[in-house]
Amino acid sequence: MTEERFDAIVVGAGPSGNAAAYTMAKSGLNVLQLERGEYPGSKNVQGAILYADALERLMPDFREDAPLERHVIEQRIWMMDDHSHTGMHYRSELFNEDKPNRYTIIRAQFDRWFSRRVRDAGATLLCETTVTDLLRDSQNRVIGVKTDRHGGALLADVVILAEGVNGLTGQQAGLRAQPEPKDVALAVKEMHFLPQELIESRFGLRGDEGVVIEAMGTITRGMTGTAFLYTNRESISIGIGCLVDEFTRTGQTPYGLLDAFKAHPSIAPLLVGSEVKEYAAHLIPEGGFNAMPKLVGDGWMVVGDAAHLVNAVHREGSNLAMTSGRLAGETVVKLKRLRDPCTEANLGDYRRLLEDSFVLKDMKKYRKVPGLLHGNRQLLDLYPRMLSQAAQTWFRVDGVDKRTKERQIMRDVRQARGWRGLLGDAFKVARAWR
Amino acid sequence: MHIVVCIKQVPDSAQIRVHPVTNTIMRQGVPTILNPYDLFALEAALRLRDQIGAEVSVLTMGPPMAEDTLRKALGFGADRAVLLTDRAFAGSDTLATSYALSQAIKRMGEEWGEPAIVFTGKQTIDGDTAQVGPGIARRLRLNQVTYVSAVTEIDPAAGTISLQRRAEGGVQEITTRLPALITMLEASNEVRRGSLPEALRAARAKVEVWNAAQAGIADMTKCGLRGSPTVVKRVFAPPARAVSAEKIDTTTNQSDDIAEALIAGIYARQPALEGELLRMAAGY
Amino acid sequence: MSEATPARQAGRAGMKKELPEHFKAYRHVWVFIEYEHGAIHPVSLELLGEGRKLADKLGVELGGVLLGADREALAAATVEVSEYGADVVYVVADPILQHYRNEPFTHAVTDLVNTYKPEILLLGATVLGRDLAGAVATTLLTGLTADCTELAIDDERSLAATRPTFGGSLLCTIHTLNYRPQMATVRPRVLPMPARQSGRIGRVIERALDMREDDIVTKVLRFLPDRDSQKSQLAYADIVVAGGLGMRSPENLQLVRALADVLGGDWGGSRPLVQKGWMPADRQIGQTGKTIRPKLYIAAGISGAIQHRVGVEGADLIVAINTDPNAPIFDFAHLGVVADATEILPALTEAFRKRLSVNRLAG
Repeated sequence: MTEERFDAIVVGAGPSGNAAAYTMAKSGLNVLQLERGEYPGSKNVQGAILYADALERLMPDFREDAPLERHVIEQRIWMMDDHSHTGMHYRSELFNEDKPNRYTIIRAQFDRWFSRRVRDAGATLLCETTVTDLLRDSQNRVIGVKTDRHGGALLADVVILAEGVNGLTGQQAGLRAQPEPKDVALAVKEMHFLPQELIESRFGLRGDEGVVIEAMGTITRGMTGTAFLYTNRESISIGIGCLVDEFTRTGQTPYGLLDAFKAHPSIAPLLVGSEVKEYAAHLIPEGGFNAMPKLVGDGWMVVGDAAHLVNAVHREGSNLAMTSGRLAGETVVKLKRLRDPCTEANLGDYRRLLEDSFVLKDMKKYRKVPGLLHGNRQLLDLYPRMLSQAAQTWFRVDGVDKRTKERQIMRDVRQARGWRGLLGDAFKVARAWR
Repeated sequence: MHIVVCIKQVPDSAQIRVHPVTNTIMRQGVPTILNPYDLFALEAALRLRDQIGAEVSVLTMGPPMAEDTLRKALGFGADRAVLLTDRAFAGSDTLATSYALSQAIKRMGEEWGEPAIVFTGKQTIDGDTAQVGPGIARRLRLNQVTYVSAVTEIDPAAGTISLQRRAEGGVQEITTRLPALITMLEASNEVRRGSLPEALRAARAKVEVWNAAQAGIADMTKCGLRGSPTVVKRVFAPPARAVSAEKIDTTTNQSDDIAEALIAGIYARQPALEGELLRMAAGY
Repeated sequence: MSEATPARQAGRAGMKKELPEHFKAYRHVWVFIEYEHGAIHPVSLELLGEGRKLADKLGVELGGVLLGADREALAAATVEVSEYGADVVYVVADPILQHYRNEPFTHAVTDLVNTYKPEILLLGATVLGRDLAGAVATTLLTGLTADCTELAIDDERSLAATRPTFGGSLLCTIHTLNYRPQMATVRPRVLPMPARQSGRIGRVIERALDMREDDIVTKVLRFLPDRDSQKSQLAYADIVVAGGLGMRSPENLQLVRALADVLGGDWGGSRPLVQKGWMPADRQIGQTGKTIRPKLYIAAGISGAIQHRVGVEGADLIVAINTDPNAPIFDFAHLGVVADATEILPALTEAFRKRLSVNRLAG
């Protein structure tokens, strides 16, 4: 029976776990990382966005050999109804910079690369190893973990839980409750292969430029959710998701939504000639600040999706994940240097660092949004339709004079939502947004 | 006793695809895995080790990133790992590969004792030829037994081993003498999970990396393209049929309608089939 | 970052154009006849059919290589080999060769090759064939191409062996330019069975084995034949229904089985299902699984990658059901339905069931 001792054990080799492990290992700590998948990223095969700033703070030179797909130069936000999309596009040459700000990546490759860097920094990684239990001492402090590999236990001064939104270790250990269906979205995604030249011509791109589309509207059939489409080098990632309790309420299936989304007249032309390579489902934390669990305790900390650190409004997650991992790692490094124990009070530094950073500032800013959306589905369904109808009227040149058109639009709006409704919505959104 | 297991890192072939326009292979983003058939070979070796006490070395010939695969094998419990990697091996067909591997095995024998058994999986999922194992056996003068489903008995002192081998139409019970080369059939055993100490040891272990010279390969004309009698002259996608499938109308979206239309289409193209199905059904 | 490999590999270093002098004397096409327990494996006959075509193109003879123990049985087998097209049959009869063992068989074949020098040697890619081919090729230090889907002679009288590559995504044509014999293996059912020409007579050349049993360390103690029920007859079924990843879950495979049952056929699946553990390997249909030539093949939720395609192309009628209208399977299927197989299969099963039972009542 072995009982190996480490400075820190990180549960999970996703972005938050890798960031934490990297930070600590680089400072010379003896770090063990445990990943239940076959290899880092095996549980996350789909396309994603990489936020360069968050990664730069860890590895300024990551661009040298990280597997990056395209750097994003254009963002499209689409409000869709069944036959149209009304969108805002922002494309800027400024995004064609020396060190681009956002990239599309493929998680399986990226996580593997990141993990290699973590190991090069000196951390030890065990894959296909699932943590089954936290070990505690007589005062209920966490002192290590047990895994599904027989033959021993693993001890550490601190255990950092980077196990994802549905990670069981923290739940089973009573450190946090199981996420509620209203706080988690189920997203299904596909990767479509499409030759580079086709992607470039279809989206008007040169070289490694890329486009991100975020969409909402009737595509989620009255449920709270969003869809996306990212351009990778030679593939397109496309997905759609809604809150789990919404699927339960309506009895609809995520795959049904995705099939309809792919067939939408605005989307289908973008996918023509592509070959579907992979399906995957994924859970995303959507509950925001109010759904966050306790972040630290005696001998433990939580980072990333497990800490519910996702900005649902801006669809940002991996940057919060990497930042929280880094800050957790820095907290531990500092304590070790001062030879202070990893008590709840001491680890509280992590929380303070989060509060001083964009992570908790943004989480707090938008904490009312989940509640707002729950009670006000019209925001995601009615408004896109209203917008579409107004745009139809406005852009159709049919001999009707413009003033009449404007009146028509006003009438349609009033009929659809009413002035009070509109004002009320505006007020609610403003309040939640602040 | 020393046992060598030859393994290979292969692309997860389900994910490779062809560029529809240029007909080239798109390797981008294809994950690599340990050839699944090799896991059974590794397990067989580890079981023997548990049974009679032996050292298990894993060997692979591949690019530098094949080290991940060796580490995985160490994680299952192998004692040491050797990566044979050299640009000179590029373009090797099975004859050249078996040459390089057998030389490396000879070298491993000099370091750690001549292997009594060399295990391989029955074939790789990328080459599928099943030729390298027999090639190694011939070159090293090992007694070859392929498609082994079980090792039933081994006597290291007497130098004998008994095996069950899948043959056409049945199972052969075979005995032969060591040293032997054995290719293992799939599903003949469940590969075990390494214990925690083994997993930690594997994560920290140093993999031996040998180039051609370090592996004792003297004759470079037998390696790589030069050492490969077979030559790929052409790589191509199969010609598209002049007429692709006739698509059944699915606009009604009713499965029953579609099924009826499909059956009508089938019978129209294969009139004899209807009669045959009826006769078959009547025979119930 | 994407590595596109060029489709042509022209101008490779060391590709000599001249066949070494001592190989120029190698002539004739040989087929190794797999003969066990008194019967010739059908693949050997399929190879004789193909070998005949190759030999005719080259203007040379077709030879069969027959090894065994029982002289009388071998004599009968020799007749069969001749009637399937061989001009000459090389026979090695010895008690040592009663059961297949790698060592004596490799010795016998390589001895024959070194003596009579064929330019082409073909074997079936069966368990026995694969065990033997690699050993023979390595002993002779020649080239061996496995699992070919097509064989041909090119303008320079060289064997062009085509097989899937890169995990089955593409095909490649391989030559053994400067070594002899050019060896290739072909899986059962890939080639059509030729017609038997009753009364066709070939020459017989006998050769002794020149080994002693005591020198051979591998012994076969016993042979345990399979019970018939265990053997899957998938390769010879007339109607096959198969499922792929589009079936989405292992539980849905029962829809595949149900349709196969109603049609009195057999069922199988594509390679990824075996890799995922949804299905045993002996039901895999495709180049590395079973090659099938049924009258009716229904592919449900199968994308149709090349390695699957080569395993089913010989079917008379291929029906494909797939939600992806661009799936490659629609390129070689005869009938297609763009729909969810998990919905169509039960409807199809029910529709067939009704038709087949209604008529039974009427008849």
